[in-house]
This record gives sequence, structure tokens and C-alpha cells, in this order.
Amino acid sequence: MNRILKYVIVDIVKNKIVLAYAIILALFSWSTFSLEDNASKGLLTLLNIILLTVPLVAILFSTIYIYKSSEFIELLVSHPIKRSKIWWSLFAGLASSLAIAFIVGAGIPILIYVDFLKAFMMLSVGILITIIFVAIAFLSSILCRDKAKGIGVSILLWLYFALLFDGVVLFLMFQFSDYPIEKIMVGITALSPIDLSRILILLQLDVSAMMGYTGAIFKDFFGTSIGLVISFTLLILWIVVPFSISLIKFKRKDL
Amino acid sequence: MQYISIMQKICVYISFLLLSNVIFAKTIVVGKQTQFATIKAAIAFATNGDTIIVQQGLYKEGNILINKSIYFIGENMPILDGDKRYEVLSVKANFVTIKGFKIQHSSFATLDDPGGIKLYNSHDINILDNYLYDNFFGIYIQYCKNILIKNNIVEAFGKEEQEIGNGIHCWKSDSLQIIGNNLSGNRDGIYFEFVTHSVIWRNISFKNIRYGLHFMFSNDNAYFTNYFKNNGAGVAVMFSKKIIMMNNTFAENWGDAAYGILLKEISDCYMQGNTFTKNTSAIFMDGTNRFLIEKNVFKANGWGMKIQANCMDNVIDHNNFIGNTFDVSTNGTLTLNTFNQNFWDKYEGYDLNKDKIGDVPYHPLSLYSVIVENNPPAMLLYRSFMVSLLDKSEKLIPSLTPDNFVDLKPLMQSIRL
Repeated sequence: MNRILKYVIVDIVKNKIVLAYAIILALFSWSTFSLEDNASKGLLTLLNIILLTVPLVAILFSTIYIYKSSEFIELLVSHPIKRSKIWWSLFAGLASSLAIAFIVGAGIPILIYVDFLKAFMMLSVGILITIIFVAIAFLSSILCRDKAKGIGVSILLWLYFALLFDGVVLFLMFQFSDYPIEKIMVGITALSPIDLSRILILLQLDVSAMMGYTGAIFKDFFGTSIGLVISFTLLILWIVVPFSISLIKFKRKDL
Repeated sequence: MQYISIMQKICVYISFLLLSNVIFAKTIVVGKQTQFATIKAAIAFATNGDTIIVQQGLYKEGNILINKSIYFIGENMPILDGDKRYEVLSVKANFVTIKGFKIQHSSFATLDDPGGIKLYNSHDINILDNYLYDNFFGIYIQYCKNILIKNNIVEAFGKEEQEIGNGIHCWKSDSLQIIGNNLSGNRDGIYFEFVTHSVIWRNISFKNIRYGLHFMFSNDNAYFTNYFKNNGAGVAVMFSKKIIMMNNTFAENWGDAAYGILLKEISDCYMQGNTFTKNTSAIFMDGTNRFLIEKNVFKANGWGMKIQANCMDNVIDHNNFIGNTFDVSTNGTLTLNTFNQNFWDKYEGYDLNKDKIGDVPYHPLSLYSVIVENNPPAMLLYRSFMVSLLDKSEKLIPSLTPDNFVDLKPLMQSIRL
């Protein structure tokens, strides 16, 4: 596994896109922190950028990379290596290289400008989001044999999580505004890793507004240590579930 | 010559008569080694104008009634204990001074509201430097006039609103001065009902269950330079007129229905130089009319101002709004209030003629604050990309938010205060 992993990482680094991604993230982060006079405000600006770009890059790059390495996968399958090992190393290679790019690009300025707890939250959420969308990319690329279709599905999934989901939630809220839906809404956030991450970080930042009316309910859930554990477990489930489905599919797939 | 000496004698006699009260006034010392072991005996012995000095120690004498004009002074904080069964100190006389006692454990009764110190129909009373600890009501005043309450500490440990009284409770009184007191753990720190012409100055009111300061039907009062922190709501002004509020700090009043200041059915008030930081909502206005709010700072609050649509003719002038999640929100489309020359940190306009006033009007009401007002769970989507997009488009072309909710002359720089 180690040798395959090593090969994948070297290949990704040679590709230089991940490098460019890290540099762009660094540019974004350094410039927002130096433009905003208040580190919390900078973090909020950065939050929006990260919640949009990180999933996009992770899902698109991974999908395309998997399709690109289909010949390499076929080659490996012909050798006496377990299929799961191949899939795992591919996943680990992609996830780790993108996560490292995120840490180098955005992590360093965040750690410098923001106090530790918030920075830690932001970094862990950023890394988890990266890995989640790599896992989703694995799923969508294994589901579609056709390259164009697979990439299309990835883009649509990203659109859904980043934009459509919030729109749907907003719509539902207006439709059911006469009912006490606060608690249900907390449950619904679990359906989108991006929303879940955003709320986790906001609870560290906009405490005052979150303390208001319904904010209190969210605070009661996400702010407590149990809520935090549940939220992180949910985020990890967002990695485990898509990836294991893709792994099962890959094992059975006729290449 | 003889005539002059007679005149001198008469003068001496007259002055003697006039001053007799002072000269013959006794000083009675209460303590273990003195003639008087109990305070009650000392009060019974005293006449108007006497001074009673109570030495250090614990005095459990049930209810102590002061019915004479005396100076009642504690030496090294003697403790008066009500044993949870009695009202500790009752005053039914005028011209009384109470100074330097620790008064603790009054009884609990919702019918006659016992207090640590309770004044009945009195005038010209001074209550100075006392420490009121764990009483039902701290200091209770009814039908009084010209009262000075200064430098007292009122500490209670209430858990529920109905289980605890107010720190300083004033009912149907006039001309009160409440200065430099420290109030915590009560229902309301200071409570005014039918109180007029009074001033509240330099008090610290924190961790009270309901309000730091509460006005009901109390007109023509003022409070200055007080500090309200961590109360259910900092200050509640209800059904009152002509209240002046200056240089106060409202901080960290957090919670479900917590406000820095709650204004309900009030009119002709004035507010200046206050600082609001880290409150869930800094100001909540309901049925508020002709209120001038100027030169205040709203910083890091959830909501800067919540102005209900039933407010009229209020002027919000020269305030700083910095780092609030929402600067202003409202529950309707009707706007009868004026915003003028405030500084909004969210303002994105420009100033071509360099007169420090932005050339583009500022609409402080964001679409999202309206959405959240109507549909609180929408807070869940706060700062999501979708919502920012909606907000931006609404800023360019206001359609859902009332377009007369506007500051025509927003300032480019914050006001120095």
C-alpha cells in the first residue's frame, strides 16, 4: 500500500495543480487577514471562501484524477494486489495531498491571526470538508463509467451542497413557519456537511446573535460537548459512508 | 451697659433653646461591654436626634423598628440577622440615618414583602454603606420622599423570579437618590414603580434574574453612568415618560429574550453616550414614541436595535454601529422613525466631495434580518453563500425591505465618543 500511496502522492505533486491550489488559498487567506482590521471578521470572509472553494476543488480534482488513473488502476489490478488496497491508497493519496495543501495555504495564516480555539475549529472543519468531498468524488466516479457524466455528477453535487441545499432549507422554513420546526432544522443540517461546518464555526464567532431566539436551541445542541462530538461524528460519517459504498462497488466492478 | 448684658443673656438663652436638641442629644453605645446589650433597648431609650452606635457582633433580635429620628450607626459592620423569620429593619420615622451594617436573612413572604431595610411613609432618610446579604427584598421603600441610598451592597441568591425580591425596591416615592450601589442576584437590581424626580447614578447591577433596572409608571427620572452586566435584560423602561439615560454601559445581557435595554410604551425619553456591547439585542423598542437616541455605541451585539413597527417619531442620530450581527431589524413595513448621520461599519458607499458624509444612502435593514424576524429558525442559514447572495441583491434593489428605512447621510468614519 505504501508504495502505491507514494506513487499517487508523487504523481499529484508533479501535477502542480495542488500546489497552485495551496498558493491560491494562501493568497486568499493572507489578503483577507491583512485587509480586515478585525481577525474575527477576516475569519468570516475566509469561511465563505473556504466553504465554497475547498469542496469544489476537492470534488472536481479527485473525480478527474480517478478517471485519469483508470489505466493505472487496471494495471495494478492485474498484479497480485488486493483491490481494496488500491482504492484505499488512491483515496489516502488524494485526501492527504489536498488536506496538506489546505493546511499550508489557509492553515498557517489562520493559526497566526486567529486565537487557538477558533483556528483549531476552522482547520479541523476545513480538513474534514476536504476529505468528505474527496470521498463523494470517489462515489460519483465509481457510479458512472462515463467520464463526462461522472464529472457532471460531481459538479451537480457540489452545486447542491454549496447552494441548492440552503435554498431548499429556506423554502421549507417558509412553508412550515407556522410549526415549531427548530429542532427538526437542527436535524436537517446533518444532511449537508457544508451547513454543519458553517454552524460549528459560527458558534465560535457570532455568539451574540446565536444566543438569540432560536440560536439558543442551536447553541444548546452544537455548543455543548455532546453536540460537538455528534457533529464531528456526523462529519466523519460523511466520509465513511460514501467511501465505503464506493469501495464495495469498486471491489465488485468489472473493469 | 446693663441693657447689653441682658441682650447677651437673652441671645444665649435663645441659641441654647435652639441648639438644645443637638447639645442634649445622647450617644448610646450598644455592645456586650456596655449598658445596652440589645438594639431594641437602645432605641426604646433614645429620643429624637440621638445617635446609636452598635459595636461589632451578631444581633438576632427579630424585627427591629426605628420609630424615632436617630442616627443608627454600625461600628465594624455589626450583623443584624432576621433568622429567615423576620423583616430585619423597619423604619417608620423621618430624619433617620442608617450606616455601616451587615443585614442578612430576612424572612420570605409574598404578601407583605419583608426586606432587609424597609421604609414606611418616611422622608429624609439616608441609607449608607450597608451590606445586605441574602434578604428577600434588599431595601424596600414605600410612600417616601428625599431618600439617599448610597454605597450599599445588595447581594442575594435567587434562582427563580418568584422566589426572590428586588435589590432596591421603590414604590410610590419621590426625590430618591440611588448612588454607587452594587446589586446582584436579585429579581430586579433596582425597581421603580410610581417613582418620580429621582436619580440613579454610578450603580453596578449584575447577574440579576430579571432586569438590572426596571421602571414602571415612573416619570421624570434619570440614570447616569451605571453598569449593567449579565442580567436577564439590562434595563427595562415600561409605561413611563421623560426618562433620561446617559453614559451607561449595557454588557453581556445574553439569552433567549435578553436585551440590553427593553423599552415598552414609553415616550419623550432621551438617551446619550451609552455603550452596548455583546448583548443579544442591544435595544428593543416596542410602542416607543418621541425618543431621541444620540451618540451611543453599539458594538458586537447580535441585534443593534429591534424597532417594532408600532414605534413613532424616534430619532436615531450620530450613533456608532460596529461589529453587530444585525444593525437594525423590524417586524413590519411601516417606518415612522428617522435615522440620521450614524456610522455603520457595514456601509459600503463612497464620499466624493470629502465632507465625511457618504454620498449614497444606507439601508441598515438587511433582507436577512427581516427573514429572521419573521422566521427565526432561518438563523440556521446565517452567513451561508445563498443568504449573502440574497442580501447583496436586496441591497442593490430593495424590494422586500421598506425603502424608507434609510440613513440618508451615513458617516464615513466612526464618531469619537
